[in-house]
Amino acid sequence: MSTQTEFRICATTGFKIDRNAEKLIKANAVVAVVFLAIGGLFGLLVALTRWPAVHFLPADMFYLALTAHGLDVLLVWVIFFEMALLYFTSTVLLNSRMAAPRWGWVAFFEMLIGALMVNVAVLQGDSSVMFTSYVPMRASPMFYLGLIIFAVGALTVCAIFFATLVIAKQEKTYEGSVPLVTFGALVAAIIAVFTLASGAVILIPTFLWSIGLVSHIDPLMYKTIWWAMGHSSQQINMAAQVAIWYAIPAMLFGAKPLSEKVSRMAFLMYILFLQLASAHHLLVEPGLASEWKIFNTSYALYLAVLGSMIHGMSIPGAIEVAQRRRGFNRGIFEWLRKAPWGNPAFSGMFMSLVMFGFLGGISGVVMGTEQINLIMHNTIYVPGHFHATVVAGTTLAFMAMTYLLVPLIFQREVMFPKLARLQPYLFGLGAAGISVFMMGAGTLGVPRRSWDISGADALLPYDFAGAAYMMMGLNGMAAVLAAIGGLSFIVIVVGSVFFGRRIGDTEAIVLQADAAAVGQYGSSDSHDIRGTLVLVAVFFISFVLYYFVNWKYLSEVWPLS
Amino acid sequence: MAITSPSTKIWWNEPISKQELIWITIAFLWGLVMFFMMIYWHGAGEQNLSSEAYRIKPEVFAERTQAMIDEYTVREEAGFPVVRPPPGSDIYMLARLWQWWPILELEKDKSYRLHLSSLDYQHGFSLQPVNINLQVHPDYEMVVTLTPNQAGEFGVICNEYCGIGHHDMIGKIYVVE
Repeated sequence: MSTQTEFRICATTGFKIDRNAEKLIKANAVVAVVFLAIGGLFGLLVALTRWPAVHFLPADMFYLALTAHGLDVLLVWVIFFEMALLYFTSTVLLNSRMAAPRWGWVAFFEMLIGALMVNVAVLQGDSSVMFTSYVPMRASPMFYLGLIIFAVGALTVCAIFFATLVIAKQEKTYEGSVPLVTFGALVAAIIAVFTLASGAVILIPTFLWSIGLVSHIDPLMYKTIWWAMGHSSQQINMAAQVAIWYAIPAMLFGAKPLSEKVSRMAFLMYILFLQLASAHHLLVEPGLASEWKIFNTSYALYLAVLGSMIHGMSIPGAIEVAQRRRGFNRGIFEWLRKAPWGNPAFSGMFMSLVMFGFLGGISGVVMGTEQINLIMHNTIYVPGHFHATVVAGTTLAFMAMTYLLVPLIFQREVMFPKLARLQPYLFGLGAAGISVFMMGAGTLGVPRRSWDISGADALLPYDFAGAAYMMMGLNGMAAVLAAIGGLSFIVIVVGSVFFGRRIGDTEAIVLQADAAAVGQYGSSDSHDIRGTLVLVAVFFISFVLYYFVNWKYLSEVWPLS
Repeated sequence: MAITSPSTKIWWNEPISKQELIWITIAFLWGLVMFFMMIYWHGAGEQNLSSEAYRIKPEVFAERTQAMIDEYTVREEAGFPVVRPPPGSDIYMLARLWQWWPILELEKDKSYRLHLSSLDYQHGFSLQPVNINLQVHPDYEMVVTLTPNQAGEFGVICNEYCGIGHHDMIGKIYVVE
């Protein structure tokens, strides 16, 4: 590739930034945000329809909107944003030029075309098969083909990422090991390769089946392999968002992990064990052995959960240590009280961490317990759980990161600063509400992916408890709040990127001046992380209590064997 | 900092702080508790899903269901046969677009071998308000031994999306004293 490499030096951070990579980061991030807007709008329509008093869309449009919502946010938005992160962490953070910039553009357009094809297929109305597209329900061939093209594009970006790491190593653009955040992105990219390969294994035959070249796809086999993509793609998010949780405090006040070794080991657990989670979706399927389910659903001995629990202490601990060094050293919680809560990058990041752990993490482990899954599978508890992980967790973390990328990469000032201060709270509160109320409705048996729970047109009636209707109404209201927060984000980002005041390289606006000063300390037993220990203790007690409460619920249902 | 290379080159030799070691130990042990809890429940708990299942052709499953209906139908309701098979017997519930067929009438505290399969797409057997949820596949027949421990009228909601009539796919199970 003969493309010229040009660099600019970021005066704020001193990073050398490859102009080619910078353009690709911008393009991928902008497209990501556009699909967040589209997918978010579909999500709002879905929530308004499931709000019993509003019941907005007709049935066919509801199932169409739900399919589009899942694809646009769960796949297109997060993966486009992750591509931007892969470029950022491999070039900017390593001061390196990127490998094969032209292939970066090929990949970008492949992904864009793939995403558009899937959207067109769904909007035509003959592919309302949900995000999961379980066979033998059939979508139009363009649906599967779009997904395949999208996946090929994303795989290409992973290859560029790996090649860039090799270039940086060879050209010695950094000393010692790669930064922890780049390491996290590397973990995300490795998981992405596994994920996208699984996607290819199942989607290519399904595409051939949709055009009549393959006669039969076994539904159980489809589900097993499809979820090796479907669930593992959420583990890309997991690794990427944890990397962001480390990155933002580092950029804001020079936070350093308590121990490089521990944090990197925790990331490694993800590579080794997260992919087993396909089993989470197969706990009540016919014919699978309990031994297989127990081993897989627990990620071996809950070793991936162990990784997350380690990050859950390491990240707030890093923040606490950095804050105490900056002088907020009084009592147990001054470091947290005096944290920059008005900075959307920080508030978004911290809420994302807390809500992911308390709402998404705990509910995920409980729901993924072999027997407890019996009282939760396919109820609306499931979307409740993954809105805590993917919306309150991943999406909020990506939004927080965007507030730093706008000045650093787009070199624009963030517009509407007052709205920006408020935005993570609006979105975070809305997302938390969505999660909690859907989980609540799920424990009352409300099914997911259902246009109407009143059974008004059914031959045989069934009445859900009044509380179930109330939960769905509250879910609708929380979704409106989240939508307002999401719309604010779009307005702020699109406004800033296209119309924001240009900022020159000399203006230091993101990194605090004392960032570098607190970055220098070794790992030792002298860390004062009392506040973090309290937070971790509260988390652990909540986890244990909620876990056993659900065993109690399970023990009360009809015996079955 | 987390966005720069580790300041000590040989970072893997740095000692781990006691607080982190304690937390890692607790978290690991908790993982073991959760892992063995699932195994424990297989012995001590009453709610465990059997792995008994067979490959079956939809028409064969439909025939077996019909044979049960022919033998044990006691009345009709909204066009559905209400079937009351003897306790301990093999009972069938068939999923198809968009029905759970037929209605079953069971006796409280008696066990039945419930066979589930689909004639077309995947469906979700969701027994309400008990909240037991099972996935129903075409081509696979799942057999679960079920012991109703409450009397009353129970709904069977479909909770796997199966097309435009999905939300109308509601079946019924009666449990009598």
